[in-house]
Amino acid sequence: MSASVRTNQWLSVVGWRGLFRDRPIIPLIGLLGVLIVAIELADPGIVGPEWAGVIVRASVPLAILGGCQTLAMLTGGIDLSVAAVASMSGFVTATLLHSPGGVAQGIIVVLVVAAVAGLLNGIGIGVFRVHPLIMTLGMSFVVLGLANVWQLQNVQTGAGVPDSLRWIGSTTFADVVPYNLLVFIPLTALILVGLRRTGYGRLLYAIGDNPVAARLSGTRAWQVLIVLYVISAVMAAIAGLLISGLTNTASVSLVDASLLPSVAAAVIGGTSILGGRGGFGGTIVGALILTVLTALLTVLGLPEPSRQVLFGAIIVVVAAAYTRVTAET
Amino acid sequence: MSAAAVTTERSLSDVLVSPIRRNTWVLALLGLLAVLLVFTKLIQPSYGLAGVQGLGISILPLAFAAVAQAVVVIAGGVDLSIGSVMALTSVIAASLMEGQSDAFGVAVVVGVLLLGVVIGTTNGALVVITRVPDIVVTLAMSFVWAGCALLVRSAPGGAASPWLLNLVIGPFGNPWIPKAAIVLVVIVAIIWIPVARGRFGLSLYAVGSNQLAAFRSGVSIGRTKVLAYALTGLFATLAGLSLTASTSIGTPVPGPYTLESVAAVVLGGVSLAGGRGGVFGPIVAVVVLQIIQNDMTFLNVDPNYALVAQGVILIGVLVFGSVIEIRRARR
Repeated sequence: MSASVRTNQWLSVVGWRGLFRDRPIIPLIGLLGVLIVAIELADPGIVGPEWAGVIVRASVPLAILGGCQTLAMLTGGIDLSVAAVASMSGFVTATLLHSPGGVAQGIIVVLVVAAVAGLLNGIGIGVFRVHPLIMTLGMSFVVLGLANVWQLQNVQTGAGVPDSLRWIGSTTFADVVPYNLLVFIPLTALILVGLRRTGYGRLLYAIGDNPVAARLSGTRAWQVLIVLYVISAVMAAIAGLLISGLTNTASVSLVDASLLPSVAAAVIGGTSILGGRGGFGGTIVGALILTVLTALLTVLGLPEPSRQVLFGAIIVVVAAAYTRVTAET
Repeated sequence: MSAAAVTTERSLSDVLVSPIRRNTWVLALLGLLAVLLVFTKLIQPSYGLAGVQGLGISILPLAFAAVAQAVVVIAGGVDLSIGSVMALTSVIAASLMEGQSDAFGVAVVVGVLLLGVVIGTTNGALVVITRVPDIVVTLAMSFVWAGCALLVRSAPGGAASPWLLNLVIGPFGNPWIPKAAIVLVVIVAIIWIPVARGRFGLSLYAVGSNQLAAFRSGVSIGRTKVLAYALTGLFATLAGLSLTASTSIGTPVPGPYTLESVAAVVLGGVSLAGGRGGVFGPIVAVVVLQIIQNDMTFLNVDPNYALVAQGVILIGVLVFGSVIEIRRARR
């Protein structure tokens, strides 16, 4: 527990630990490789281009949701409203299928609704300094409740996942490359460049690393936080559209099961929940690791309960190993 | 803990005012509760015995869950596995008690409570040993405990011993007092009051409010945290058992209790930053939330709006609280 002991340990191995600390993605890719080898051993011949396509297709929405958590966690926050916003987005788009504007109108509507939810989150957290956990939790109740109300009012009109969403969410080019990468790659480029090269990205790190120093150097944290939670909610809505296309279902609780994995993806990816450290690259690998892990546990023929137990245990072990290697808490 | 205990001379006004000032939040909640009860009686003149009895039994699981969450939040942590622990202990109890004698049922309850302490200790030990943030460890453990619950029983079932049902259902003496309320108050008082008054309680608040300061004044942070999680495990198990008692079966799928317990704790005046608050506030908050939900049913509001209302109240109360806090800081 003593801080001085920890510092000494850290200094003595600063070389390789420093490498892992600065480039957390290297051990993570190693872990991903080990899992892929394990799955190939468990079921020889399963790993191939098509399998990779399936894994990537399933990882993309999780990586986007993990991205929401990553951005929020960089500032020391968390966004528990992503699942409700994502489910709402897929569901409302499906109910607006037969509206005059069609799918495009539906998508615009849900992106605007998501942005409003994010704006309120940001105002609560940035201006009124409500704890992010509670603010986004409350928002998730509000969004889920309103989505339920909307559902009851639309029972007669019927709903269906639009063909275009199914296409982008679930089909693949030449049976290998999933089309959802068309959304994911530009989004990723935007986030990576945004975090590394723009002033706004540095402000996110600054607020999370040392809020007092950030304030003293003239950062208006509330503005940064409002923009952050709007971005997070819009990304969640996009992920929700892809998930409803992938699963061909529109339900107000569709994405609920992905809430905790989205946090796990960011954490495994090396983003510190305490703020100031991490990045989106690690989260993408984290999402891939979680997807491959789920696939591995399925291939091993384990029943669902055992899979859940192992899934949780492995997250603890990876997070613990990660904390040890990078000597950060 | 209390500044008053340090000074030897206390004026009368200090004795009267300081408990009020310290418990403003809880007193305000009690006021809100009173207003809500009057409001309920106005919109539903027939609200009476049945309503109060129903209220008693329906708040029991969440009230225990809120107490469980409060303990660990005071120590500066958070436990996202409470819902899963409730599901696990509830199915184990229901499965073992089915068709067994009362004596065996008592043994089951004792055994399950011990198991709850073990589960909590495991959570706490993992948090301390791995140095991974609480939220991540307990999040991952929520998968583990929920998986274990499904391993015990894949579908809802089992049964609760009749004495367990009798313990919480029905009135106690006066027809207005639900047994469930007595059970809640007595159990929480027996466990919490000695804890809060003793050395451990002091270190609990110390670790929660400033870990470094606590460490430097000789508090063992690791031990305090593990004990806090053990206590949380115990209360989460009581929540699980009351779930079994109120539904008379065990359900392996976790309910919404984890996040609702966090909400109740914060509404109840416990700071998520740790070191502040008690277990009484969260219990009142649970009652308030339940009455609001009941009122919306009486008013024929779409039950889904109840969820919206819960979110709005949660956010609204906290915004209100922090506005006051910010104003006070400016003065």
